[in-house]
Amino acid sequence: MEPTSILAPGPGGQPAELPAADLSASRAQRSSARRERLTVLVKRPAFLVGAAVMIFWIVCAILGERITPYDPYNGFSLGRQPPSLEHLFGTDRIGRDVLSRVMVGSRDVLIVAPLAALLGVLLGTSLGLVMGFYRGIVDDVLSRIVEAFLALPVILVALLTLVVLGSSSIVVVFVVGILFAPIVARTVRSAVLSERQLDYVEAARLRGESGLYILSREIFPNVLGPTIVELTVRFGYAIFTVATLSFLGVGLQPPSPDWGLSVSQEYTNMISGIWWPTFFPALAIASTVIAINLIADSLQSVLSE
Amino acid sequence: MVRYLLRRLLLGLITLWLLATIVFAITNILPTDVGRTILGPFAPPETVAALNEKLGTNRPLPVRYVESMIGLVTLNFGDSFVSGSPVLPQVLGAVGRSAKLAGLALLITIPLSIAAGLYAARRRDRLADRAIVLAGVTLSSIPEFVTGTILVVVVGVQLDLLPVLATAPEKADLVTQIRYLLLPAVAMAIVYFGYIARMTRAGAIEVLQSDYIRTATMKGLTTSQTMRRHVLRNALVPTVAVIAVQIGYLFGGIIAVEKIFNYNGMGATMLYAAQRKDLPMLTAGVIVIGLVYMLATLAADLIIAWMNPRIRLETER
Repeated sequence: MEPTSILAPGPGGQPAELPAADLSASRAQRSSARRERLTVLVKRPAFLVGAAVMIFWIVCAILGERITPYDPYNGFSLGRQPPSLEHLFGTDRIGRDVLSRVMVGSRDVLIVAPLAALLGVLLGTSLGLVMGFYRGIVDDVLSRIVEAFLALPVILVALLTLVVLGSSSIVVVFVVGILFAPIVARTVRSAVLSERQLDYVEAARLRGESGLYILSREIFPNVLGPTIVELTVRFGYAIFTVATLSFLGVGLQPPSPDWGLSVSQEYTNMISGIWWPTFFPALAIASTVIAINLIADSLQSVLSE
Repeated sequence: MVRYLLRRLLLGLITLWLLATIVFAITNILPTDVGRTILGPFAPPETVAALNEKLGTNRPLPVRYVESMIGLVTLNFGDSFVSGSPVLPQVLGAVGRSAKLAGLALLITIPLSIAAGLYAARRRDRLADRAIVLAGVTLSSIPEFVTGTILVVVVGVQLDLLPVLATAPEKADLVTQIRYLLLPAVAMAIVYFGYIARMTRAGAIEVLQSDYIRTATMKGLTTSQTMRRHVLRNALVPTVAVIAVQIGYLFGGIIAVEKIFNYNGMGATMLYAAQRKDLPMLTAGVIVIGLVYMLATLAADLIIAWMNPRIRLETER
């Protein structure tokens, strides 16, 4: 037994497909099963709440300045006004409307975080498929490297890398994506391990299919469930990570109204009682990560049913 | 047991070597020019070349790699680009201060989350269970600096209950020190509550379904007797593992928490080094934290082997 296996994530694959005698029938069955899952999913209150919050932030990100009450980039009012009817969330240190900035602040993180999550899942899934399927020396070597990456907190390695490379949105996407890949690889690997012993893989092998074919056409569709769950979970963590990096000053850069960056620019004034320019962006981050986790959690329980 | 320990130690050393190699790759292969990274894009080329000469970063890559590996074995991580003094003592001092904060966070979160996890497992699928699981998922998904901000605003500023800066006045007694550290520790504890509670719950549910628990119940043991004698020990195996992993990760979250609460520990040291592009300091910090993670997971594996002889025997075979 490997020493790490107790830490490995839970249940892997889904039941194997039946040998498809009638391809069109099985395809119809699959799509009706998919529709059924979707109905179960939208009936979950946790999913609905999460989706509603995310839709709100996505609309804010897309429409941006067109729906904000004030100009988010220029302050025309007095600085540091507490929340009032005129400025619901108050104004920041240079008189910009905090509500308007919070609304536009979803934009950058909602571009950077999903791209980072997607990159991490793409790299990690390919790595996990190869590790789980070929086993042997390939798996041993890659597992050790994955283990070494997992020994380090993502935030810390990202900080180091961004100091070396310099911060920009595209670099943040690549750094966070690459650092997520080993985590995804471990999950996908354990899902593949439980799939590869099943009869349909053996059948494909006996048919003389190539390794690549079996991986992409037979095993991958069956580990798609855990991969989708992993994608939503990683999306949540990507927001967590990008927001923290922005707060530390190595993520998104000024003049972005990004939430983490806003907190970092205003947090020192909290002690003197000026809490609103920090508090509301912080709440925005919290609402987004909670929403994504509610969606991920609902997806996970629906897909594992 | 000895063979298990040796095998585990060897794997740990290999991981540490790989980790150091990854860090070397990030700091030495990615940027072609360390001097340029430090001095910025507007410095004249001669100054950059002179700095590279002084730092020794213009020597061939293999030479630098061998040197950094020798440094790792002899615990010599080089001198700070900023202060010029050896980085390791500074990093270790900072880790010590952060350990106080992290220790308090664990002290708060471990008993609470284990209790919540066991309680949830006993009331599986009932309201209390769902509430604990949902709260756990939700709280662990919020970044530490966000939880910290909300705590500062609500508990520190509006209610004025606790100090919002973590550093106690000099020569403060232990109670005062803890009072100052409480808010940042809670901010960290909240994030880890969810992971540990969920793991304990999963472990306990698995044990509660096993045959020997049924036997114990049929023997006439009360629920609390069964919990204490049989469930706890076995259910805590995955919990110990997850706590060990979190100890390493605590040092990722601590950077942001120390910034919010203005505490001079590992996080502050790393951020200061990051702002001044002090690569030796950052490198030493990352490797020391990797080492903390390795030691924590090693300790966890030993505790697990002691708790559950089945794991120990399986690996020996």
